[in-house]
Amino acid sequence: MKLTLKVWRQANATAQGEIKTYPLDGVSPDMSFLEMLDLLNEQLVTQGEEPVAFDHDCREGICGMCSLMINGEAHGPEVTTTCQLHMRSFSDGDTITIEPWRADPFPVIKDLVVDRSAFDRIIQSGGFISANTGSAPEANSVPAPRDKAMRAFNVATCIGCGACVAACPNGSASLFLGAKITHLGELPQGQPERWSRVVDMVGQHDHEGFGGCTNIGECASACPKEIPLDVISQLNKDLRTAMKQGL
Amino acid sequence: MAGSTLHDGLTPLNGPSNQISDDAQGFYVLGENIVDPVAPAGPIKDRWTTRKFENRLVNPANRRKLDIIIVGTGLAGGAAAATLGEAGYNVKSFCYQDSPRRAHSIAAQGGINAAKNYKEDGDSTFRLFYDTVKGGDYRARENNVYRLAEVSANIIDQCVAQGVPFAREYGGLLDNRSFGGVQVSRTFYARGQTGQQLLIGAYQAMERQVAAGTVEQFTRHEMLELIVVDGKARGIVTRDMVTGAIETHLADVVVLASGGYGNVFYLSTNAMGSNVTAAWRAHRKGAYMANPCYTQIHPTCIPVTGSHQSKLTLMSESLRNDGRIWVPKNVADCEKDPREIPEEDRDYFLERIYPSFGNLVPRDIASRAAKYMCDEGRGVGPQVAEIGPDGEQRMVRRGVYLDFADAIARLGKHGVEEKYDNLLDMYARITGENPYETPMRIYPAVHYVMGGLWVDYHLQSNIEGLFVTGEANFSDHGANRLGASALMQGLADGYFVLPNTIRDYLADGPFEKVAADHPEVVAAQRAVEERVSKFLAIQGTRSVESYHKELGAIMWEYCGMERTEEGLKLAISKIRELRADFWTNVKVLGASDNLNQDLEKAGRVADFLELGELMCVDALNRRESCGGHFRGESQTEDGEALRHDEEFAYVAAWEWGGDSNEGGQPVLHKEDLIYTAIEMKQRSYK
Repeated sequence: MKLTLKVWRQANATAQGEIKTYPLDGVSPDMSFLEMLDLLNEQLVTQGEEPVAFDHDCREGICGMCSLMINGEAHGPEVTTTCQLHMRSFSDGDTITIEPWRADPFPVIKDLVVDRSAFDRIIQSGGFISANTGSAPEANSVPAPRDKAMRAFNVATCIGCGACVAACPNGSASLFLGAKITHLGELPQGQPERWSRVVDMVGQHDHEGFGGCTNIGECASACPKEIPLDVISQLNKDLRTAMKQGL
Repeated sequence: MAGSTLHDGLTPLNGPSNQISDDAQGFYVLGENIVDPVAPAGPIKDRWTTRKFENRLVNPANRRKLDIIIVGTGLAGGAAAATLGEAGYNVKSFCYQDSPRRAHSIAAQGGINAAKNYKEDGDSTFRLFYDTVKGGDYRARENNVYRLAEVSANIIDQCVAQGVPFAREYGGLLDNRSFGGVQVSRTFYARGQTGQQLLIGAYQAMERQVAAGTVEQFTRHEMLELIVVDGKARGIVTRDMVTGAIETHLADVVVLASGGYGNVFYLSTNAMGSNVTAAWRAHRKGAYMANPCYTQIHPTCIPVTGSHQSKLTLMSESLRNDGRIWVPKNVADCEKDPREIPEEDRDYFLERIYPSFGNLVPRDIASRAAKYMCDEGRGVGPQVAEIGPDGEQRMVRRGVYLDFADAIARLGKHGVEEKYDNLLDMYARITGENPYETPMRIYPAVHYVMGGLWVDYHLQSNIEGLFVTGEANFSDHGANRLGASALMQGLADGYFVLPNTIRDYLADGPFEKVAADHPEVVAAQRAVEERVSKFLAIQGTRSVESYHKELGAIMWEYCGMERTEEGLKLAISKIRELRADFWTNVKVLGASDNLNQDLEKAGRVADFLELGELMCVDALNRRESCGGHFRGESQTEDGEALRHDEEFAYVAAWEWGGDSNEGGQPVLHKEDLIYTAIEMKQRSYK
């Protein structure tokens, strides 16, 4: 396959960025999208041009490190992560535009790499169950209803990649937030801190500069792990309950 | 365990090793034997309890004055940071990723073992201990493994309390499955994403401590040097991968939880960034590297499709519970659509060779059998380029079928979906083929390394104040790791072992502060700066990536599934040449004062180029087949692995002896493995 790539290049956080165009030949349909970028970088190094910086690590769709807006879509046209997107989803002769996540709370570090530390700070604000090592009771002493445990698992599969934010016209992280609130709120162990958790996490979310949710749903359709939109309903419901309690 | 006898743990059951062969002569220097200086004694079941009591305590008021550096935020590092933070120590945590949650523990699929005996099927601490030692082919240290089995149950309690959503039964209690060819159901799991859920648990516990102010987290920071002052590990030198700043961090103790080095093979199931640098810099500062040749090769990975391949993806070996593995009987059929190959022309080779275990034989046996089929020319899938045993390039089909047709007939498509849908979906996404309709293709790939930095019972290396946990150390898995025990070890070390041993060391602290201008600190920082400048100054013609690929091809051919004296010697000479070329001809573009992924990679590949040679020397010296290490010269008449306990029941702990291109030779220290609770037996899976 032969492609034309239009790639966002930006030297550092404060530099002015621009789209640069690169022709790329010899792309195999079996390559992952990131392997296609590896090929571009190998070509750039040969030409003496600095390779394109992009985040990636596990390349099996689970670590959440890879990102990229591909032709304006977070993680590209398929419901998966960029590392699991393969070139067979594109056609010979295509032009592909590749940009970093676009959201104020995710500032660009270089080229396609952004800073997502805001997500860590949201977790720090309450995305946990306080259980010091050694203090845990016998695991089976507290049964957890199977359907609730399954819902907890299904939303706990969030990989924290930030696609939901990048896809949202408001730059909201409500899907990320709702997934964690639902994961911990569905389990018996998560009940003691349930109401303070939602208040604290929403507060941090807003403090980081993420936007509000207006139920557009782009987040859920961009999510590579298919976190359902109803976690945001759960988030709002828990927040209402907490606020009624005066928290 | 039929035919096995339990022993009291008081009487040695074997003597010290007596090595007669010397294949690696000329490649190493024999050093003094070593022993574990803090090995516990007494009945095996009491050793850890006794030791926890004997280990000294640190007054809570003193803990906040003690600084602990932890490198790596996977299960071992994240769990340790959380636990030591909770205890009130002052923890600094480092990772190269943009968040601690990205560490590669996250990719583990299958599950985590624990001797809970919830199924009342005869499991016990002793049985888990026994299975782990046996699975490791009697090359693990008995004391450490028993402790691992002992704390396994606590791990599950801890994780459930944190909100890890393990699979449950209808009554709301935890579900278990059997895993990795053992006969009890002791594996806890969260669909095919157990590692992810456990890591998120540890990550959240650690972030809670960040909020509490006990843990300071440094993301996008890479450790590039260990600082040793007066014989004690006192800090690290890091590079801030965003600003390029070379920084010094000092502490009372340093913990390496930096994972494994499987990426020395270039293609592996490791994350792209997984590397040996933290461990290797410590090795160069004097820490022994133990059993570096012990590599686990996982039989069920998605095969290579071409030279563009950057990594391999594991398919959980739980697939072997229901899938049948075969290749065509006739070479002429290898290009055919597998559905058109009639039953009588298929060779279900594992079922044929190993009738009692069939498709569930241990990982190393399943892997090697697949390799032999492809070597014979009966592999399937696309032909890929590789280096042949003679050093010349050749084209070979590297794949065997894993067929679900029978399982679909037996369980229905829905039944198969329920068990394996996420794995089969992943396969379809990567290959573009539908595994419900056409057999999957699989091939072995490097997955895990059992070797790592040498540690004692307290997980302390031979450098005082340097502790090593998780995959980065060598201690628990011997020559082969049992399925679902990597997660167990990472969390055991992080939550329960290290916090109980490091306190004994820290009871002597706080140690005298090291000045920022101490000559050792200045020298370490300068060495890193010079190395970084050197990479950028070479300005040769070859990319870093191309060196890594070439090293990987050498390692895979000669130090992969089957190793021979001739092949290993050839590999050593090839690696030496490649390393020399790297240092004169590598091309790294860009600058050092900002994010430069090529520069990061150059440092990692430079270290892999040294490690690869040591792995080959270790493999060359060990003229026996054990676990994941199969030496062509050491097999039975049936072609099965043959161990030599009299010669090799020892841990090979290697001391850095300088670059071999400058005349250096590694020094071998042997630690005899003396068993007191279990007798060594040859494996048989026929």
